[in-house]
Amino acid sequence: MKARIKFCKYGSLRFIGHLDVMRYFQKVMRRADIPIAFTGGYSPHMIMSFAQPLGVGVTSSGEYLDIELTKPVASKQTVAQMNAVMAEGIEVVSFVKIPEEKKYSGMTITAAADYRVTFLASGRSAEKICPVPEDLKEQVKAFLAQPKIKVLKATKRSEKEVDIRPMIYAMEAGDEDIRLFLAAGSENNLKPDLLMEAFLGFCGKEKEAYPLHFHRMDVYARNPAIPADAMERNKKGVGLVTLESLGKEITG
Amino acid sequence: MRKLALNDEILLKIEKPARYIGNEVNSVMKDLEKVDIRFAMCFPDVYEIGMSHLGIQILYDMFNQWEDVWCERVYSPWVDLDRIMREEDIPLFALESQDPVKDFDFLGITLQYEMCYTNILQVLDLSGIPLEAAERTEEDPVVIGGGPCAYNPEPLAEFFDLFYIGEGETVYRELLDLYKKNKADGGTKKNYFEKAAEIEGIYVPSLYDVTYNEDGTLAAFVPNNPHAPRTVKKQMVSDLTMTYYPQKPVVPFIKVTQDRVVLEIQRGCIRGCRFCQAGMLYRPTRERDVEKLKEYARQMLKNTGHEEISLSSLSSSDYSRLKELVDFLIDEFKGKGINISLPSLRIDAFSLDVMERVQDIRKSSLTFAPEAGSQRMRNVINKGLTEEEILTGAGQAFAGGWNKVKLYFMLGLPTETEEDMRAIPELADKIARKYYEIPKDQRNGKCQITTSTSFFIPKPFTPFQWARMYSNEEYIARAAIVKHGFNDQLNRKSLKYNWHDAEITVLEGVFARGDRRVGKLLLEAYRLGCIYDAWTEVFDYEKWLAAFASTGIDLAFYNERERGEDELFPWDFIDTGVTKDFLRREWERAMNAEVTPNCREKCSGCGAARFGGGVCHESKN
Ligand code: SF4
Repeated sequence: MKARIKFCKYGSLRFIGHLDVMRYFQKVMRRADIPIAFTGGYSPHMIMSFAQPLGVGVTSSGEYLDIELTKPVASKQTVAQMNAVMAEGIEVVSFVKIPEEKKYSGMTITAAADYRVTFLASGRSAEKICPVPEDLKEQVKAFLAQPKIKVLKATKRSEKEVDIRPMIYAMEAGDEDIRLFLAAGSENNLKPDLLMEAFLGFCGKEKEAYPLHFHRMDVYARNPAIPADAMERNKKGVGLVTLESLGKEITG
Repeated sequence: MRKLALNDEILLKIEKPARYIGNEVNSVMKDLEKVDIRFAMCFPDVYEIGMSHLGIQILYDMFNQWEDVWCERVYSPWVDLDRIMREEDIPLFALESQDPVKDFDFLGITLQYEMCYTNILQVLDLSGIPLEAAERTEEDPVVIGGGPCAYNPEPLAEFFDLFYIGEGETVYRELLDLYKKNKADGGTKKNYFEKAAEIEGIYVPSLYDVTYNEDGTLAAFVPNNPHAPRTVKKQMVSDLTMTYYPQKPVVPFIKVTQDRVVLEIQRGCIRGCRFCQAGMLYRPTRERDVEKLKEYARQMLKNTGHEEISLSSLSSSDYSRLKELVDFLIDEFKGKGINISLPSLRIDAFSLDVMERVQDIRKSSLTFAPEAGSQRMRNVINKGLTEEEILTGAGQAFAGGWNKVKLYFMLGLPTETEEDMRAIPELADKIARKYYEIPKDQRNGKCQITTSTSFFIPKPFTPFQWARMYSNEEYIARAAIVKHGFNDQLNRKSLKYNWHDAEITVLEGVFARGDRRVGKLLLEAYRLGCIYDAWTEVFDYEKWLAAFASTGIDLAFYNERERGEDELFPWDFIDTGVTKDFLRREWERAMNAEVTPNCREKCSGCGAARFGGGVCHESKN
């Protein structure tokens, strides 16, 4: 049986990198006595996969990992069991059953993520938030109206120029934050800091002058019930659903 | 939510910010209003090393069981953060509360190896505590040192208020109660130190005067205060089963050196190798009850979620219930994906069988530590391991499918000759031959014999405390002889040889047996910028040479002379239970290459029996 865990990450734990979060959850499984399945072979390891890595410094209220269970457990109780053995800064939000097929795994179906970007008084603290500067707010429309937005993206070996415009599904500036809805996953992936750098550049600003904090709100998948071409409309709510909503509560 | 001592900008700029944020699972938070004593426990090296140390976890757990004490952890900031803290004037802080160390009542520093001494000064300096004890005020924390290097505390005497001589589980409660009482009575720190000196095992360096002979050796070491005793007695836990053991060790977020549950199965060692300080300091050998260990294993795995468990002791094979314990661990945990690691096992049929059950033979290697190449030399050091045992063990292992062997030796041992040095590659080659005796179609490719040598450093309270060391050049020359020896071997293609740095060895020698005067060398080296000397990428020998030159400390005086039979040593005021007479007898037997039986074969009357526990009294139970 496959299950999906949704968790949030905040406070000092935002300084823990992705690999360490994976190690952390392996230990959580043992501490909380979760009946997780192991691979075979001489050195078996837990069957566990994360949907989408989160950068160091970024907080989130919608992170996901999928695990394989050897026997069913009740959602509610499992959430409580896990939260009882957590460090402050990571909290399990939900635990749901997901379909067995590989195409439903978080890693495969992740298609987008949304973020909240806040402007900080200084890079020293993510707590002191400033309003979104008016001159920047006004530029969002013009920024998005460009047919192409070329940026340099670092790959494993070199840098290459890519057009990120198709990977921006939405960008809206409010008084307190800028909301982003961006492509994520193995096919197309746009990191929010790369986008903001391009945006500040477009506005003729130095990125050093605008310390930002990024918060991931949730991670989305193509809704298997909706045909793929609906995705092309790039609108939240049409072709995309949260990873959490693809699962079902397990009752004890 | 806790406020971090370092701001986001810094945390996002430095390597591994998780080293500094605390908040790990099982770390202890307390209400400041409800505690009387704040204790900062420091391992003066980087987080990943310090977090791997069992002793600190034991004391952390013990202190925090006491309601009136809050013990927090402190490690050396790595060089990147060190620079930032100096530039921005950020005081060193403890991980749990993130409060400055300077606000604490105590700063306890564990002294595990000499090459972290400059890091002690780094920790004091970054904390804003005067480096020299004499300069401190009533506002500064009490700085106390403990651990194996505290058995020769003299090189550090100027920097510490107190030293704790012995195992930490014993007199800390008394020391803290005294602190509370002194404070309530309105006493000064000086009053406290005087009373502390009366607690067995506590050494207060400021209460002693040292004089020297013209030849530089120690003339006298005497108390200058009526509260200070002439000798300081090592404190020891007599029953290892009935003492503290951390069942909820702190679980780091990042990968640390010892990322596993550690079960200390026994303390001390029955063997009596003459170079080994731990083997002498922790006499007599004491075992922990096997049932208790099983219970700890279960609890600790559950409380940490670690995927590995390891046994800890100087010589696991000598633990009397080893088979029972190992069988239990395998039956109970192997099926749950828990790795079991068994270091310091003697290679024999039993251990090979166990290793086959717990690890992948193709990936693992066998470890032998003959320590010396020739039988004569092994008799000198009292390492009761014969060539026959090594070859038989290796032969059995090769037959079982292993093809990788690691060998550890020391160079520069007392009485060592060229013949002894050449015996090292010869022994490695004999092991390789053993492998190639197996018919080709049954072999698993080539074998790989990796030999490492370190240079021997005589330590206080060992039979070799009188021995001389050599110069840097001489050590390199000895390693070269071994290296050439390897080129002459039949199976040289299957043999690999590594040797340790000689520069660090020489320095370690000076601090291991140094007196109070070498404190100024340390201070000068630190002022010149030395920290993290145990890390080759940071270590800067040139700076050390400059420090020797400007302080006039004579390296040869400390390292390159054999000490006289009647010489008074800087550490002689400590009574470890093992007598100087016994050590001298052992030195003389070493000179005649005579072997001394181990504690279970025959008691040699070392003196440790007076503690009234452990192996000395086994047969009488
Ligand atoms: S008194 Fe005897 S048995 Fe006890 S530690 Fe010393 S030599 Fe070993």
